[in-house]
Amino acid sequence: MIEKDVLLITSAFKEYYFNRFDLIHVPQRATEREFGYQKFNSGMTRHLVVKNDKELHLLLMKEVPSDVYCSNAYYTFPNLPMAEKDWKGADLIFDIDAKDLALPCRKDHTVFKCSSCDNHATEFQSQCTKCGSTKFETVSVGCKNCISESKKEVTKLVDMMTTDLNVSKEQIEVYFSGNEGFHLRVTNADYEQLGSQERADLVDYLMFNGAIPESFGIKRQDNSKSSLPTFDEKGWRGRVARKLFSSKSKAPKATREIIASGYSAFQVQLEEIKKTMGVRVDPKVTMDIHRIFRLEGSINSKSGLSKIQCTNLDSFDPFLEACLLGDDTVDIIADCPVQIRLKNKKFGPYHTERVSLPKYAAVYMLCKGLGNAV
Amino acid sequence: MSQIGTHELAKYPFLAEAGEYLRNAGLSLDHLGHSDWQPIVEKAYGRIVVATSGQIYDSQRFEKIDYDADEIDMEVLSFIVAIILLKSTNINTLARRFSLSEARRAEKHLENDLKQNKKVNFSLKIIQELFSIQVKVDNDEFLMSVPAYVQRAVHFHEKEWKLVNRRVSNGFVYLNAHETVRLIRTELGEYINSRIKSLDLPPLPESFVQRVNDLVELAKKFSETTYISSEYPPCVKHGIEVLEKGENLPHSGRFLLATYLLSKGQTVDQIAPLFKNAPDYNERTTKYQLEHISGSSGSGTKYQCPSCEKLRSESLCFATPDCDGIINPVQFGKKRKNP
Ligand code: SF4
Ligand SMILES: [Zn+2]
Ligand SMILES: [Zn+2]
Repeated sequence: MIEKDVLLITSAFKEYYFNRFDLIHVPQRATEREFGYQKFNSGMTRHLVVKNDKELHLLLMKEVPSDVYCSNAYYTFPNLPMAEKDWKGADLIFDIDAKDLALPCRKDHTVFKCSSCDNHATEFQSQCTKCGSTKFETVSVGCKNCISESKKEVTKLVDMMTTDLNVSKEQIEVYFSGNEGFHLRVTNADYEQLGSQERADLVDYLMFNGAIPESFGIKRQDNSKSSLPTFDEKGWRGRVARKLFSSKSKAPKATREIIASGYSAFQVQLEEIKKTMGVRVDPKVTMDIHRIFRLEGSINSKSGLSKIQCTNLDSFDPFLEACLLGDDTVDIIADCPVQIRLKNKKFGPYHTERVSLPKYAAVYMLCKGLGNAV
Repeated sequence: MSQIGTHELAKYPFLAEAGEYLRNAGLSLDHLGHSDWQPIVEKAYGRIVVATSGQIYDSQRFEKIDYDADEIDMEVLSFIVAIILLKSTNINTLARRFSLSEARRAEKHLENDLKQNKKVNFSLKIIQELFSIQVKVDNDEFLMSVPAYVQRAVHFHEKEWKLVNRRVSNGFVYLNAHETVRLIRTELGEYINSRIKSLDLPPLPESFVQRVNDLVELAKKFSETTYISSEYPPCVKHGIEVLEKGENLPHSGRFLLATYLLSKGQTVDQIAPLFKNAPDYNERTTKYQLEHISGSSGSGTKYQCPSCEKLRSESLCFATPDCDGIINPVQFGKKRKNP
């Protein structure tokens, strides 16, 4: 990132970190966790111990990081190298990212940036119209639909965690990720000890990965012995039954039909159910028991929005509630071929033009690489 | 373990504290060294031979509900003598194989006991006291908490053990008696092995010594693998450990080991002994399969080591931070990033 942009963004971040101590706290059991941060144009600093809010605020003021992270794991010696930290356990974490949902609206808010010149386009092209290069980077800007679809995934996940896995609602914290999705943290002593492998199996459960017809009563060989779960069963068996038979009264007929269609047809149906009913989380995040995960209250440098807790998910509007940078005006050269909405205001589209924007919008475009400081 | 009936000891002899049992029976090791007791030593020896060959000792009698008093003594004493013999040989492979086989024997008894109303509580108590796993009963089903379940089930690679293929509700997994005890086999084995390890070895009576020597001879049949290297990626190490324990490694796991080790320049002859401890080992087929994978027979295609992603989907990946940034196990250790 060029120096002028870094200066503008850093000063906006600093102002936020200075003014909003109220939003920035270390998580519980902070002394057992590893902290880390990154600054623009430089690598990651890890293996830090930050004991309390005061130390955290000091670090933020002094370093003004682009991104701040904290481990989900608890260690005896969080500041030692990984092999010597002595892992004690870790919160269960989940990452739901709109880009993994592959929604049809993506194409309406994705910008293709040529990697060789500064040309930006809103449509996919095989070659840059300016310089002929075939390499593009994509950036996506905020989208209401993506957020509301991501919220549905959050709701599904919370439902399954509470009904199937017996985690209480109070043990689940939901955060806006600061960019295009949500982070969940589950603090439940029973699950804290689980290793990476075990977490992978939990994720497969939530995503409905690897389900086999036999588990739902469909036999490979002797079709006549097949039977399907019933409407009122718990867990996935019940969910699958309710999906397959739209109502209880239709169950007997539907059951006969499904059994008659056989094993492989049922396998296909399970695949379909996985697509619509499985929770779409990023399995790598949940499996990683040594990860440092974005710290709540900190700003996400991919957007300039903050990672903040959602107390009321349904009404939560990230482009209003997580947009917390100053609103004094600054001038930038914007090259943002799609319109963006922040704090209920619309900005753009702009085509390489000098504009005066509230700081939060200017920083948003700079963070996305869709503008430059003047 | 509190209040164990003597019948239970015949089925679960590892619950008996060796010294105490002998004292209560008015016996010492010197007594057992006397020729009158030679049948016990022979039974103990037989017990080890059967177990280490991968079979289960006394497998005909799982349905037998009652042992008479003499039989109980025979059962418990032969177990005690067996672990004394094993400890004297000081050969890990033998002890491990014996422990695993005895665990499977206990597993069968536990399964039978779980199915009987009168005995179910005792069986659950064993599970609870030895391994701190709470199992609840619901009609003829058993409930284990999800975390306790996945911690054990992830070591099995068959799809039906995946959580998604179980009945799950309110934080519990529903299991039948067979599945419940299958989940604790490894722990049972480790427990029995720990009994051998922690045994204080008294001076051996003369009549034991010959059998100890026989066991040392017997152990030569089993290779103690020397293949584990800290340079291997976790998935490969895990596979080798499974085989070492004499447990079953699914085909995909064997394929990983073979392709990985071949890619590291090992030969078919070097790799084959690794599979010796597998319950279904057959030298000819193993060699044949390895040659096929290496491309030195059949179609001549040399098979490549599967990707980390593939292994992850087969539950064979056991990634550690050292795996960061690699997409195939063969890259392990090469691309090590400095954090
Ligand atoms: S990440 Fe790759 S190398 Fe590491 S354990 Fe998993 S499969 Fe093996
Ligand atoms: Zn270009
Ligand atoms: Zn969208």
